[in-house]
Amino acid sequence: MIALLTRDLRLALRAGGGFGLGLAFFLIMAVLVPLGVGPQPATLSLIAPGILWVGALLACLLSLDRIFALDFEDGSLDLLATAPVPLEAVVTIKALAHWLTTSLPLVLISPVLGLLLFLPAEAYLWLILSLLLGTPALSVIGTFGAALTVGLKRGGLLLSLLVLPLYIPTLIFGAEVVSRGAMGLSVGTPLALLAGITAGSVAILPFASALVLRINLR
Amino acid sequence: MSLAVTALACARGGVPLLEGVSFALRPGAALVLRGPNGCGKTTLLRCVAGLQPALAGEIAAAPDAIAYAAHADGIKATLSVAENLRFWAAIYGTTDIETALERMNLRALADRAAQNLSAGQKRRLGLARLMVTGRPVWVLDEPTVSLDMASVALFGGVVRDHLARGGMALIATHIDLGLPEAEVLDLTPFKAQLPAAGSGDFDEAFL
Repeated sequence: MIALLTRDLRLALRAGGGFGLGLAFFLIMAVLVPLGVGPQPATLSLIAPGILWVGALLACLLSLDRIFALDFEDGSLDLLATAPVPLEAVVTIKALAHWLTTSLPLVLISPVLGLLLFLPAEAYLWLILSLLLGTPALSVIGTFGAALTVGLKRGGLLLSLLVLPLYIPTLIFGAEVVSRGAMGLSVGTPLALLAGITAGSVAILPFASALVLRINLR
Repeated sequence: MSLAVTALACARGGVPLLEGVSFALRPGAALVLRGPNGCGKTTLLRCVAGLQPALAGEIAAAPDAIAYAAHADGIKATLSVAENLRFWAAIYGTTDIETALERMNLRALADRAAQNLSAGQKRRLGLARLMVTGRPVWVLDEPTVSLDMASVALFGGVVRDHLARGGMALIATHIDLGLPEAEVLDLTPFKAQLPAAGSGDFDEAFL
């Protein structure tokens, strides 16, 4: 289990592992938006929560198809499915590795990008907290999508179409937490709903992912 | 500890390939599967390994007894030979990779990244993985592809040692592994009679 996690982390960090792709995308987006929208702090601080959340979501989406595709191509997935590790655990570890290599760096860099977008000072805490609470759901839902599309050649398009609707509730409540935080309003309700989405998907989706993976490996 | 397959039928892509296949393996025995391309050797092995359900029949094996080696070796290109082996050893809960490195003649390559190996060396690494699983039943799908004569002999020796320790091997291969004691099963007579067109279950098209 730990071996699988360390292997995935090591693979992500070595050449060609795709680590930093999401991060670079997030960075580019946050740099380009002020150039496109114009430098007025009032406009930017208004849209900053939404932009940051949409950017994090798309950056996360970008690396989803790698979760299983590489292991499928080189045959490791077949071998892992016959190994004495439950497939549910494999799926969970894969989602965790994706979160650690893609989402966590996004969370860590988001305050810096908030600065670029004139995010109001009182919103920073809520930005980090909402991303920390919400991105695990993005990774787990994305792993489910990756499991659904694993055998398909160039399944990335289908994967995005399948996963995007499932991402919408997370996006809405996540961005809502930051917007309300920026306006100094209470954030309890959207934060609780965000945590609920994450808890629910972490609890249920690994089983669904393992099931579709078994079907796809036939 | 043995493997028994009774009246097994299996399908690939919804098309039944084999039916009525029965065989048994007792400790120390090897069975070589033969048959023309596309006759269902890989499909049979995937059934036995538990990767796909059988259409009919029964596979009786001890739980967690089977180590499967497919056409693809499951090697990560950016990891070194030793790292690849150590990963699979950890997954199977064993620690000894030295014996496998030694026996498959990979010692000198241990620190080389797998992407810089030749096809035959990769195959040797894929087969060395079997030795670190510590499982008694080896299910091998054309293990000798891209191996040279010396490596085939090397691998034949490894399989014989495995059998001598009470292991079992089910091998689909076209060439002689140097295992004269192994039984041979030709799959050609077990070819499934294709159902007449249109008689199939309607939802099959959607599954």
